[in-house]
Amino acid sequence: MEGEAPRLLDLIPKERDWVGKEVCKVKNEIEEKLELRLGLPGEDNEKEEKQSAKSAFSLSFSENVSKRAFLGSVETNEGKGTERKASGAPPEAHGTRNINSSIANNSSQTRISNAPVVGWPPIRSFRKNLASSSISKSPLETQDGGPVKVNEVDINKKGCFVKINMDGIPIGRKIDLKAYGGYDELSSAVDQLFRGLLAAQRVPLVNEKSGGEKNQEIKGLLDGSGEYTLVYEDEEGDRVLVGDVPWKMFISTAKRLRVLKTSDLSVSSINTVSRKRAATEC
Amino acid sequence: MREEISDMSEDDETGERARWAPDLSKNRSDDSDSGPGPPIGDSPPPFSDQILENVLENVLEFLTSRRDRNSASAVCRSWYRAEAQTRRELFIGNCYAVAPHRAVERFQSIKSVVLKGKPRFADFNLVPFGWGAHFEPWVKSFGAAYRHLERICLKRMSVTDKDLTIIAESFPLFKDLTLICCEGFSTFGLAVIAERCRHLRVLDLIEDYLEDEDDEVVDWISRFPETTTSLESLVFDCVSCPFNFDALERLVARSPSLQRLRVNHHVALEQLRRLMARAPQLTHLGTGTFRSGAGFGEVDPNLDLVSAFGASRSLVCLSGFREIEPEFLPAIYPICANLTSLNFSFANLTAEELNPVIRRCHNLQTFWVLDSVGDEGLQAVAETCRDLRELRVFPLDPSEDSDSSVSDIGLQFISEGCRKLRSILYFCQRMTNAAVVAMSKNCPDLVVFRLCIMGRHLPDRITGEPMDAGFRAIVMNCKKLTRLSVSGLLTDKAFEYIGCYGKLIRTLSVAFAGDSDGGLRYVLEGCTRLQKLEIRDSPFGDASLISGLPFYYNMRFLWMSSCNLSMRGCKEVARNKPNLVVEVIRDGVEEEEEEEIEAVEKLYLYRSLAGARTDAPAFVKIL
Repeated sequence: MEGEAPRLLDLIPKERDWVGKEVCKVKNEIEEKLELRLGLPGEDNEKEEKQSAKSAFSLSFSENVSKRAFLGSVETNEGKGTERKASGAPPEAHGTRNINSSIANNSSQTRISNAPVVGWPPIRSFRKNLASSSISKSPLETQDGGPVKVNEVDINKKGCFVKINMDGIPIGRKIDLKAYGGYDELSSAVDQLFRGLLAAQRVPLVNEKSGGEKNQEIKGLLDGSGEYTLVYEDEEGDRVLVGDVPWKMFISTAKRLRVLKTSDLSVSSINTVSRKRAATEC
Repeated sequence: MREEISDMSEDDETGERARWAPDLSKNRSDDSDSGPGPPIGDSPPPFSDQILENVLENVLEFLTSRRDRNSASAVCRSWYRAEAQTRRELFIGNCYAVAPHRAVERFQSIKSVVLKGKPRFADFNLVPFGWGAHFEPWVKSFGAAYRHLERICLKRMSVTDKDLTIIAESFPLFKDLTLICCEGFSTFGLAVIAERCRHLRVLDLIEDYLEDEDDEVVDWISRFPETTTSLESLVFDCVSCPFNFDALERLVARSPSLQRLRVNHHVALEQLRRLMARAPQLTHLGTGTFRSGAGFGEVDPNLDLVSAFGASRSLVCLSGFREIEPEFLPAIYPICANLTSLNFSFANLTAEELNPVIRRCHNLQTFWVLDSVGDEGLQAVAETCRDLRELRVFPLDPSEDSDSSVSDIGLQFISEGCRKLRSILYFCQRMTNAAVVAMSKNCPDLVVFRLCIMGRHLPDRITGEPMDAGFRAIVMNCKKLTRLSVSGLLTDKAFEYIGCYGKLIRTLSVAFAGDSDGGLRYVLEGCTRLQKLEIRDSPFGDASLISGLPFYYNMRFLWMSSCNLSMRGCKEVARNKPNLVVEVIRDGVEEEEEEEIEAVEKLYLYRSLAGARTDAPAFVKIL
């Protein structure tokens, strides 16, 4: 009764767990289709416990599997014929942390890898995402519902979601700027958001040892000291370095974020706020 | 968290055999499919008997317990008729167990209806969307027959705006609408209810899922009559869309009987203060959020909040507290001593923040909290809340690998301090048999014991043994136990104990447990009062399913998913028991799928007088 679906190869390795920020659900469906698994053809995600065989790779790969991404994909699968909208698929905002500790735990426990299962633990969906609920604080007038409610169907209309793309990574994400208190939080969130993806892009496909803990932290996004730099596009479509204006002003003017290679940035292509002001004042 | 909600979840109904339906285990010669008693349309009794019946009816008016009524109806024809005439509340635990027209034909003077639909595992996404439990056929029958209907309470039903409209149009005396875990309706339907049910006293929407698109939200609050209303309870914390706050404030101001108000998360503290000022007589308050609506660095409403709570002398039940800003929590300190019920299960608070509240709640009887309370917080509960009857500890991060701060240590504390405990729901990561045994000994009044060790198949944290011994102690020592949920590593032995000692158990939930068919067999054979059995991901196969054949008519339902069942076994059950509906539910079925998969993923079987239902979707196969 205890077989879990082993992840033999992940073509797009799942991103690591990160704490509580919004994510594009579409990615999960793509991941699910591309992932290779050991098991009978056409088997359902939910049947993994009964029908799949254990594999030598399962233990180390389970550590790389983001439970939330899997959960998202399971729920999406379920969502075709089952509870739809947000009540069925819990928004990916809650993180299952401690993948590292789960590695240690796995060896001492009798049970095997931690691929999540539909409806377990038995918690109704409106009770999920509580860990992130206290972070968002915003004026009530904007009717920002916060990530707590189960009925948050269309997240585009609530909060302040902007797209964020990173150089070299084909699929972007969406984040809620209002969920952060300042630039440091944003920077660290971006780091966590893309760290796993970046590592995956670098590492050759067949290498099950590419554990999450070896991922390089993405640093120096704000001051130009790192390999990458955070940049935003404002209402006029200009690209501006992140970090110059007061945080609240930034939230209201940023329409889109980009994480660009610092080496690609030339002095002329990127505006700083001061230069932009000077240009408009002329 | 009204008492009614707890009742619904523990399923307090005492009619173990749905006694208003026939006792199907006996052989009735006169009529095989209606109740004990005559078929409808019997000739009227002689005059002397009529007098007796009239007298009887006057007496039976006072009989309210369902079980007593079911017994009374079985005495003889005369009593059957008298009971049918005088029953005022209709309780139907499974909407598919009987057809609406039969209920309506037998009972003609109903004022209150309680109707339940989907199996409980639907709450955890195990029942595909569109499975059923439609209120429509019921509301149409009721609308035609029960002119004096005053109360409707639905749980896990699919209710549309059209159904709500029929309610509003059909029942001129309608007073009480309670919808629990329902779906399918929207603010449009609420508006119709608000507008047309002029005598409405209770509108309680609890954990429902509403269908609103953002641009189609209706301002239903404004539709209540402009005159003084008779509203006593307005609960809408699950209605996630924004609403007209000013209209609510005016509504509260003109509802002098309002006792219970639970708002949704679009209410900030400044607004809450205004509502409380309008309704100082409130006994139950759901705060929505517990944060200031102001932006950073603006006016601090704290002072006003303190006086607002200070003025609310009648408050005994508090809930809400979403997105809580802990600096405002001290405002509730003055009333903690009055509280009998406190729901912090949406409040992400640390143990330090919770402690001053807990320490003041000497009279608390019901406490719902997140596991961030920690073992030390539970120690504070154990030391302070000596009168505690119900405790629920929910996980802040409901996943198998999260860091839960509560464990067997917290359970041990609670067992030592809260001796009057009757009901517990406890989510944790690890547990020990010793703590569970301690609880079984210290809390003999336990009626509901639900332990969820979130990691699957986990043994005793310290000894490494299965959790059999702990649950054994529970069923042995807690002699009043009627509801049990098990978890952790469990062998067949655990089920042997449950079958041996759990003689009063009506509801049993099993997940990831057991070794073989023997486990389920023990339960089916031993638990004579078993009504509702829900099992998932456990190695029980056809043999165990078939071993339960003698008992399924005595149960309301059996749910088994991700077990070892096959079509062969399920078909045999269906063949053997004509009054059982055996549903095999598949996921992701294409319409043209002809070939049958032998393995049964989800089985839901239930006794029924109505036969196979006609509204089953394509993914449900009725055998």
